Amino acid sequence: MTQLALVIDLNVCVGCQACVTSCKSWNTSGTAGSLADLNPYDEDPTGTFFNRVQTFEVGSYPNTETVHFPKSCLHCEDPPCVPVCPTGASYKRAEDGIVLVDYDKCIGCKYCSWACPYGVRELDPERKEMTKCTLCVDRIYNEALPERDRKPACVLACPTSARIFGDVHDPDSVASKAIRERGGYQLMPEWGTEPSNHYLPRRKTEMTIRPDEIVRTDNPLKVDGLKPMPDASTPALDDAASW
Amino acid sequence: MNPAFSVILLTTLTGAGQGLFLALFGSELAHALKLSAPMPGHDFYVLGALISLALSGAGLVASFFHLGRPERAWRSAAMWRTSWLSREVIVLPAFMATTALYALSHAMSWPITLATGAIGAALALALFVCTGMIYACLKFLQEWASPLTVINYLVLGCASGLTLASAYAALSAAELMTMMTSLAIALTVLGLATRSASLLRNARLRPRSSLQTAIGVHHPRIAQRSQGLMGGSFNTREFFHHRTLQFLRSVKWTFLLLAFVLPVLLLAAGAMTASPPLLWLAFAVQYVGLLAERWYFFAQANHPQNLYYQTIS
Repeated sequence: MTQLALVIDLNVCVGCQACVTSCKSWNTSGTAGSLADLNPYDEDPTGTFFNRVQTFEVGSYPNTETVHFPKSCLHCEDPPCVPVCPTGASYKRAEDGIVLVDYDKCIGCKYCSWACPYGVRELDPERKEMTKCTLCVDRIYNEALPERDRKPACVLACPTSARIFGDVHDPDSVASKAIRERGGYQLMPEWGTEPSNHYLPRRKTEMTIRPDEIVRTDNPLKVDGLKPMPDASTPALDDAASW
Repeated sequence: MNPAFSVILLTTLTGAGQGLFLALFGSELAHALKLSAPMPGHDFYVLGALISLALSGAGLVASFFHLGRPERAWRSAAMWRTSWLSREVIVLPAFMATTALYALSHAMSWPITLATGAIGAALALALFVCTGMIYACLKFLQEWASPLTVINYLVLGCASGLTLASAYAALSAAELMTMMTSLAIALTVLGLATRSASLLRNARLRPRSSLQTAIGVHHPRIAQRSQGLMGGSFNTREFFHHRTLQFLRSVKWTFLLLAFVLPVLLLAAGAMTASPPLLWLAFAVQYVGLLAERWYFFAQANHPQNLYYQTIS
């Protein structure tokens, strides 16, 4: 069975917020309704976002590391927000595993947001309906878009390709391979929610350069013919070439 | 969590209404089983059931203020198979309808009062379970995820309803006053015990989630530098009470005093002097205490999502 999800590579995320703005741009312009954006140019700006990038500093100075941490709905395999919904507005699609809110059924009781340990559901302050990441369900199946654009807006916007979109139940998908080969993990595994979104850990980058790699015997400059000009006294095959 | 007054009013008002109904039916049942000789006239039960109905109705009205889209509230009965909130939405009107029928059958002297009362009592108990389970079923809100949550909703609701029944009996059925006040005192003392048990349990809780499991970085020192927002969001508003620890502690001692200690003293004094004003005062003081208790119940629950918003919690 398909389970669409995001795999987020913390090793290359630079915290540029491009995924945040492209997510808001796409999702506030869609048919499902706008996302609030209150006091955008004043004090205390606030609004609804499906995706936010947070920044954490790990370690103590001077041995610190900055971790940019994108956070959106994890589309849990066992989503605790779904069974608590009294109206059935909150549901998990059987065909692709996306957790969605049927906005027309939502009564704005906020109970699902209480039931989500990750805090990824936000009640829109203007629409008074619970909103959350839809995995751009209105993009990924949209035949009006060219096929290469049928991906979540955040994935397309990421300049470092830190976001991989795919079916995590298909062992041959790029997403599954990344999880398998690069130690992908889930957030708060202690609650048994089985998030579908995975995170790839940061990796230690070490320089492994040997001296013979600095002074290369097969210097490509030589191969390409850009040889240093030989000395006039150097004997040559054709003596005329020396001067 | 950030306590919502709509929910505080809903749970305290319907709790008192359910407790009062159980007290009324209990006294009728005790008479039928020849346990307690006095049986006041039908008027006592009619007006009592109407008071209970008014309290539950006021709670129901309060609950609508919690909803972002109250015009769609009718949809909330749909998912009773999985959602305790949905079950509460079904049981509350059923309880109110049965209470109304109970009042009517007493008013018309129909011989179905015991049967209606039994159904109403079962619904009142079911409603306590539904209300408690709404909170107790959220397993990662560790302060709530305990059978004590359901027990407290049941015991505190009954205590408040019995205190109201004592005051009401002192006015219109003096022969029932002693039984009602002794039961009210017993339930209030029991409530003090069960609520203290949950306070002690929560004081010893160790959170299962940490910043390390929240972002999956296993280093003892992690400091948040950005929350992904500038002026606050739903996440910073909904899940934290924004009060100091001292304020929280003072609310705790206030509710222990107002919901349990003072009502017991007032009930005892009221019963000994047969003074209705003292018993009504006991109910009012206990109700205010229960408002504080419910506020504290919400404020004390520490949602794991606050781990992602370190500067608010």
